[in-house]
Amino acid sequence: MYRYDQFDRQLVTERVAQFRRQVERRLNGELTEDQFKPLRLMNGLYMQLHAYMLRVNVPYGTLSSRQLRTFAHVARAYDRGFGHFTTRQNIQYNWVKLEDTPDILAELAEVEVTAIQSSGNCVRNITSDQYAGRAKDELVDPRIYCELLRQYSFLHPEFSYLPRKFKIAVTGSPHDRAAVALHDIGLRMHLDDQGRPGFEVLVGGGQGRTPFIAHTIREWLEPEHLLSYVESILRVYNIHGRRDNIHKARIKIIVNQMGIDKYRELVDADWERIRDSRLRVPQEEIDRIAAYFAPPEYAELSDASEELAARQGADPEFDRWLASNVVEHKVPGYSIVNLSLKAPGRAPGDLDADRMDAVADLADRYSFGQIRITHRQNLVLVDVEQRKLEALWRALKALGLATPNIGQLTDIVCCPGLDFCSLANARSIPVAEDLGLHFVDVDRLALVGDLTLNISGCMNACGHHHVGNIGILGVDKRGQEYFQLTLGGCSDESASLGDRLGPALPQSEVPGAIEAIVETYLGLREDGERFLDTYRRVGLEPFKQAVYEGADSKAVA
Amino acid sequence: MALIKGGRMSLDPFHSVGAEGELPADGDVLVTLARWQAQREELLGRPGRLGVKLASDQPPALIASDLGHFALVALEFPAFRDGRAYSYARLLREQFGYTGEIRAVGDVLLEQLHFMVRAGFDAFELDSADPEADFATAVGEFSVWYQPATDDRPSALELRHRHDR
Amino acid sequence: MVDTENPMQMIVASRLTDGRVVFMAPGNSWAESIDEGVVADDSDAAADLLAEAKRAAERSVVVEPYLIEVTVTAGRLRPVLLREAIRAFGPTVHDSEAVVRS
Repeated sequence: MYRYDQFDRQLVTERVAQFRRQVERRLNGELTEDQFKPLRLMNGLYMQLHAYMLRVNVPYGTLSSRQLRTFAHVARAYDRGFGHFTTRQNIQYNWVKLEDTPDILAELAEVEVTAIQSSGNCVRNITSDQYAGRAKDELVDPRIYCELLRQYSFLHPEFSYLPRKFKIAVTGSPHDRAAVALHDIGLRMHLDDQGRPGFEVLVGGGQGRTPFIAHTIREWLEPEHLLSYVESILRVYNIHGRRDNIHKARIKIIVNQMGIDKYRELVDADWERIRDSRLRVPQEEIDRIAAYFAPPEYAELSDASEELAARQGADPEFDRWLASNVVEHKVPGYSIVNLSLKAPGRAPGDLDADRMDAVADLADRYSFGQIRITHRQNLVLVDVEQRKLEALWRALKALGLATPNIGQLTDIVCCPGLDFCSLANARSIPVAEDLGLHFVDVDRLALVGDLTLNISGCMNACGHHHVGNIGILGVDKRGQEYFQLTLGGCSDESASLGDRLGPALPQSEVPGAIEAIVETYLGLREDGERFLDTYRRVGLEPFKQAVYEGADSKAVA
Repeated sequence: MALIKGGRMSLDPFHSVGAEGELPADGDVLVTLARWQAQREELLGRPGRLGVKLASDQPPALIASDLGHFALVALEFPAFRDGRAYSYARLLREQFGYTGEIRAVGDVLLEQLHFMVRAGFDAFELDSADPEADFATAVGEFSVWYQPATDDRPSALELRHRHDR
Repeated sequence: MVDTENPMQMIVASRLTDGRVVFMAPGNSWAESIDEGVVADDSDAAADLLAEAKRAAERSVVVEPYLIEVTVTAGRLRPVLLREAIRAFGPTVHDSEAVVRS
């Protein structure tokens, strides 16, 4: 993974020093809250319901074991002993103190981690495929370009006061695990007929109150032009993006208002001027960064999947976990292992300090000391020898990180909601916990198969409910918490936004409604269809009837 | 309000004329875009230098062909969150080749000065008890940056590969 | 019973240094426990409290003070709105992994 050189270190050190001064000036009253707010936001510091919340960047979701141990230390020393992994591959601490944040940032800087631009009206964390560099279907490791963009967008003098936040995602695989179509800029890698990589550039995707799927602004962009083209997109947005209404300020609004063709015209006019400027990326820089993402020293192993198949049945629990949590690796003899942070009664994405340390140890022992964070608030060990899978599984089981539910109904994605977040209308975590306790039968979960469920506590959609196969949105109805269901969302290369199922339901009726939806799916599905496939074939009606008119629609097990 | 130019407190030679105000007989004047458009000939005919003030929704393309007449372009920040003028300053320098004074006026925070300098501003209206010291501190906060901007100073990327050339 | 004409109100804010929820308490102090907070019985008293709270915000003691309606349930002060109750008493979720909440 990327290692800081003297320039990276210097910049981060200066930024931490600047922030320390800003905090001092706020604490002694020299800066008002109004003046300080954008400054603290640009360092990822929010004021939430109970305390300050610090959002720490994990660029493209890639962590070293040393960094994860530092996260554990921060959780213990400065927080309440745990952290929360987010849908943008970051980590959040819910209980920090303003006066401690300069020290926290200094400690994080020591291990090459920052909170810079994890919030604010600037370019946020560049996210990517959690299996980057390891997935069998990958063309090129997208993290090289994520790192290039991360540096480019860091403390950019022109784009630190954009109309609103700006999110970029990159995928290096045709199967999109980075949800690029739901980002302000999405980058999809392709290869030309000489096998050279290039980008399809998408703009104007996003969730929140007005979700949109991104449009293709350019079919093919050579890597050397990546920064100049992104600069032009940002410049047009900075100039033309709406600033009159915070809910209409994202690039998706302006792109859909003027149309992608007009937006492209404006971008191309600027880009023609700058494409051969200092922004052109020399191959040496791409190579320099790529060297950091060179694969580890793999052992010469043969594929062990036959062996694993041969012993199937010997331990059904292990088999179940293999089937749901373990993914094919590009290198023979290795596997990608998902650690489920979802367990009955637990807040999705939360992990306590002790477990963070334990996972760091497992990473060192089994996976070259590297951990990934996923958009579904889980962790991944991406380089596990197949012959060690069972040993790892036992260790994970002991830690409660082996729930066999990846991509299934109880692998719930959930925002912090009204229990923590000042923006929320309803509590989301109790809904997730409730569902986790309701759907405990792992055999049934396996039978249901791939089914993503996402919960957001308000229209800001941090739980990404628009792109859940089942989405749940918390709303405030006459002072009571109600939940709006959507069906058919999807964030991959066939991206779609969920359809509203019907009137919002009280919390007590949610598990029953999900149950009815699942039953309907099981009854209607044809060979090999996932929930999403069945939904796309049969539409909303059967599910709507089952939830709102079915005899057992109010049943809660 | 203090005017900082070249890092030092300066007297402002430009008299700011409002929408209805009388144009002084001589001396430098700073007018709004609307006034420039309405009284172009009169403004060009009088002695003294001209400055134009652009509001945050008035991109420099609107005055591109007239830039030769202006010794000063003032770009307004109605609120410090409104970041359009950073782009305007860069376009003035890099697209339109403007070499006159670009002044930041309005809600200018010390925190933003480093960015403004890199975007092409060279004069600043500051609300500060010690403007020169505050300006020096602000622009000295960073010695490294990743991306090229209006100034010629090298980016980290360029410094990394200097020896390659 | 909530007296809708003259609801009981209190001031809640976030303490600047640590962001913790605090209630305006007697003597212009700030307390973490709602039980120690000052209750305004009518709108004039509430306005006075708010004015004092805003001065505290200007002095950078607290951030974003505002009035909330409270009621007394089983002898205890309790905010009327769920959101404010969560602020007063903490998150409703008991994360079995988390360290004890205050």
